[in-house]
Amino acid sequence: MTMNVIGKPVARVDGRDKVTGRALYAAEFNQSNQAYAVIVNATVGLGRITGIDQAAVAKMPGVLSVLSHLNAPKLAYRPHKGSIDPKTGERLHVLQDEAVRFHGQPVALIVAETLDSAERAAAALRITYEAQRPIIDIADPDARAIVPESGRDHTRGDAEAAFANAPVNLKASYDIARENHNPMEPHATVAVWKGDKLTLWSKSQYVVNEQAEIAAIFGIPLENVQVICPFIGGAFGTSLRTWSHVTLAAMAARVTQRPVKLALTRKQMFFTTGHRPRTLQHVAIGATQDGKLTSLIHEGTGETSRYEQFSEALVASSSYLVSCPNVTTRYRLAALDTGTPVFMRGPGEASGVFALESALDELSYKLNIDPIELRRRNEPKLDEGVNKPFSSRSLIRCYDVGAERFQWLNRMPQPRSMLDGRLRIGIGVASATYPAYQAQSSARVRLLASGIAEVEVAASDMGPGTYTSMTQVAAETLGLPIDKVRFSLGRSDFPPAPSHGGSWTMASVGSAIRAACISVLEEAKKRPSTDRPLEATATTQRDAGVAGRFSMHAFGAVFAEVAIDPDVGTIRVRRALGVYGAGRIINPLLATSQCTGGMIGGIGMALMERTVLDRRDGRPVNAHMADYLMPVNLDTPKIEVQFVDEVDPHVNPLGVKGLGEIALVGMAPAIANAVFHATGKRIRRLPILLEDMLHA
Amino acid sequence: MIPFTITQAPSTHEAIQAAAAGGRYIAGGTTLIDLMREEVERPDRLIDINALPLKHIRAEGPDLIIGALARMSEVAVHPDTRRLHPVIGEALIEGASPQLRNMASMGGNLLQRVRCPYFRMLDAPCNKRIPGSGCSAIDGLNIGHAILGTSDQCAATHPSDVAVALVALEATMRVQGPQGERTFPVEELYRLPGDTPHLEHTLLPGELIVEIRVPGLSYSRRARYLKVRDRASYEFALIAAAAVIDLDGGVIREARLAVGGAGTRPWRLRAVEQALKGKRLERATLEAAARTAVEGARPLSGNQYKVELLPRTIVRALELAGEIA
Ligand SMILES: Cc1cc2nc3c(=O)[nH]c(=O)nc-3n(C[C@H](O)[C@H](O)[C@H](O)COP(=O)(O)OP(=O)(O)OC[C@H]3O[C@@H](n4cnc5c(N)ncnc54)[C@H](O)[C@@H]3O)c2cc1C
Ligand code: SF4
Repeated sequence: MTMNVIGKPVARVDGRDKVTGRALYAAEFNQSNQAYAVIVNATVGLGRITGIDQAAVAKMPGVLSVLSHLNAPKLAYRPHKGSIDPKTGERLHVLQDEAVRFHGQPVALIVAETLDSAERAAAALRITYEAQRPIIDIADPDARAIVPESGRDHTRGDAEAAFANAPVNLKASYDIARENHNPMEPHATVAVWKGDKLTLWSKSQYVVNEQAEIAAIFGIPLENVQVICPFIGGAFGTSLRTWSHVTLAAMAARVTQRPVKLALTRKQMFFTTGHRPRTLQHVAIGATQDGKLTSLIHEGTGETSRYEQFSEALVASSSYLVSCPNVTTRYRLAALDTGTPVFMRGPGEASGVFALESALDELSYKLNIDPIELRRRNEPKLDEGVNKPFSSRSLIRCYDVGAERFQWLNRMPQPRSMLDGRLRIGIGVASATYPAYQAQSSARVRLLASGIAEVEVAASDMGPGTYTSMTQVAAETLGLPIDKVRFSLGRSDFPPAPSHGGSWTMASVGSAIRAACISVLEEAKKRPSTDRPLEATATTQRDAGVAGRFSMHAFGAVFAEVAIDPDVGTIRVRRALGVYGAGRIINPLLATSQCTGGMIGGIGMALMERTVLDRRDGRPVNAHMADYLMPVNLDTPKIEVQFVDEVDPHVNPLGVKGLGEIALVGMAPAIANAVFHATGKRIRRLPILLEDMLHA
Repeated sequence: MIPFTITQAPSTHEAIQAAAAGGRYIAGGTTLIDLMREEVERPDRLIDINALPLKHIRAEGPDLIIGALARMSEVAVHPDTRRLHPVIGEALIEGASPQLRNMASMGGNLLQRVRCPYFRMLDAPCNKRIPGSGCSAIDGLNIGHAILGTSDQCAATHPSDVAVALVALEATMRVQGPQGERTFPVEELYRLPGDTPHLEHTLLPGELIVEIRVPGLSYSRRARYLKVRDRASYEFALIAAAAVIDLDGGVIREARLAVGGAGTRPWRLRAVEQALKGKRLERATLEAAARTAVEGARPLSGNQYKVELLPRTIVRALELAGEIA
């Protein structure tokens, strides 16, 4: 297949709008006569509200309404579970009762003429509580352990027996801190009611789900809700679900009969908009002396709330990433007094692969086998978890290409053997993997007489460049230049798209666009001369036959070099390389930027990011950008990305696997493995801090 | 944010008058506005002092003079700073971010408030914010807190980097207030928390910092500021050290040493300075001297690592200073 537009480094079609401020984000859709809502959050971690002095603040200047469970409208909260919502449990019903389930839960809402008046009133509102001590630590013996109803345990062979009989074995435990997504753009919603029709300009990675969720909560027909979100200033998963602030914005607008804007503060983004759950994991590996795995046991527990079972694929990759005859994986949840977590970039895999790839690295030193060679010896021929061939798998090729480029062979194999002046140098490597999903999506294409093609899908673009890559797919399929394609997204009245997550947007939305373009071309052949627009809508999903026959995943090899100051313990990444086999790369410019960003997220996970909770009342103590550390430029010196050519004829007609998630997977274990190589010290807790290095 | 008025002071005299009447100075606003937005600070009258002629940076003989309104970024790269007291430039560059340094004044820097997270949480007890309400950090999260100079009432560190360098260099400050003018060492600007952690500094009501004088020091070029933190930039110090040494061959004739992130105020280490006198610039000697810095340290649940990190940082800072010819 020769391609004219796909595969080319096309610059972002929306780049100019973004840098000139013409691209509007949710909070910028100001309405005339708009009022402002501010949420008041619970200051206890568990308990119930015993009193709210609403009358006092209701009289404050500019205040239009003070809402709490005492007077808020009772909402329908019809059952609705979008694909993104936990299957078990029930979402938070906001301002519907006096219970406080976690610190920061919204307990009141102020609506006022100005933001200042609303903030003033929110600060002045006195609320009394009957408080209990919350359980917020996953390791707390009182935390309720749950076997998730979405059960993901996997067993093949007899891993326990094989472990006991293995010539070489090791056991290790891993603890990864809770993280918050912290995108640049805060959550925000502007809500306008016209009669019983509601329009929401709202930050969302899933506008059709937001539409359905709000319709269910308010008990109104789906078609009465319109959600609009043309641009997203980063999200990383935090805008997948429709959280309580969207409901509150709509509630405020309804009560006051005014357009209402509600934007969360940075601090509030640590309360109610999900987080990457803290996880505890145990890995046991048995192997032969020559490094062939004979047993793998991977158990993991993740945080969830008391009211919903959030689950993610924490241990799933251990069933297919390496070849091993005897494998057991177990996944459990600990129900805590916190808000429900949500997917965060590389969800599940980023945490689970850290444990597995740290353990494999440890094994390689135990056996004195090169870490890459160990991966090679355990490379499976097929997905042993489901006994199906991979649609394509380029892991070893990624290692080969990466080893060459990163000059792996110049690395001295012994730990603590490389120095640069006083600094201890370490080079580490780890595998990355993420499933190549495809979900059902629709798309509409309209060919105008002017020669312009309009393409519409209710998709989102949180930053990867969906506007651009979808324009490329349409241009390629229609045989048009890029500037003849007008691609629009982010409206719930467009043909539905799946959530903008799980690295499936190109596979899902791209496939639908391609199909719609093909139909519109056929239409054009039937009606070669017409000045009426030609239109076609298509809905695509993964071919069930192919899905039944193949295991489909992207793979990668991630390399990192760290320098550690032996005196003061500081750890700095000096260079990193990610090599990925992820099917066809639609736009190498965007793909490289996407992976660079993901790898930087991985540096954050490895060395900085953690949300610290106060045991006494569950409050996030570092809910502030100065205290929740993420990498800055100096922390991300030389980051390189490479893609191996990978033709996958099965995965979907475009041959794409997706990149957003895998780019974060593998970075943290590569860094932890490099830290071990530098110091001989194995750190199994993330983030790895300088204080961990003081005795290294 | 609580409503407030802001007026620009046309002269130092009028600024002081307005402050004596209850107004609060604002320079770059990077500390004050931040805290006002969170309603931790609640002034109702602000006096914008940015029009006052206090932006100067100059040499007076061997001394470096820095106006209170000179910006961190300007002081950092000024030729007189580099020539006379390069360690001040280094400490400034290691602080905050370029954007903040462009806004932030030297006077404001010295008077920035603590970074203890509970200080910013209106719903958490904090003796510094509300005297007598309790200290949330002592039994809570205290990873960044002090190990020296703490009390049972407060253990927050003073966050300024440049103050550490100024204290090491025995800088003085000139202030003017309703009662006139006085000059005193920067070190004496800061109080220990004791039973009154809400009182942070020794300025009298209405006093305006006018300028800082850093006295010349023959060996001031043999100086380094080492700031240790998990992120390479844009993070407050976990531990920082300003070291200035006078070397004679390999022997330390005299040393100046102050540390940040360790004490409840910028912490001069006179005992370590004494211990270093006449000693060779060798690791074992430096280590022995640096150990004395943590005598009497009172670590909390989350900051024990500082007991180890502090001496190591001191040793490295001294070594780095020694490397400079
Ligand atoms: C995210 C962040 C990171 C930071 N990181 C660092 C860091 O790593 N290292 C570091 O050292 N600092 C750091 N800072 C602090 C920064 O340096 C200070 O905010 C800044 O120096 C304050 O100066 P300003 O002029 O903005 O002060 P303002 O906010 O204007 O004033 C601060 C205080 O000083 C008083 N004041 C100001 N000028 C005078 C005067 N002439 N006389 C009397 N009183 C006066 C004001 O009334 C106020 O109480 C950081 C700040 C932020 C927000
Ligand atoms: S350490 Fe000081 S600033 Fe922090 S909570 Fe305690 S009293 Fe407040």
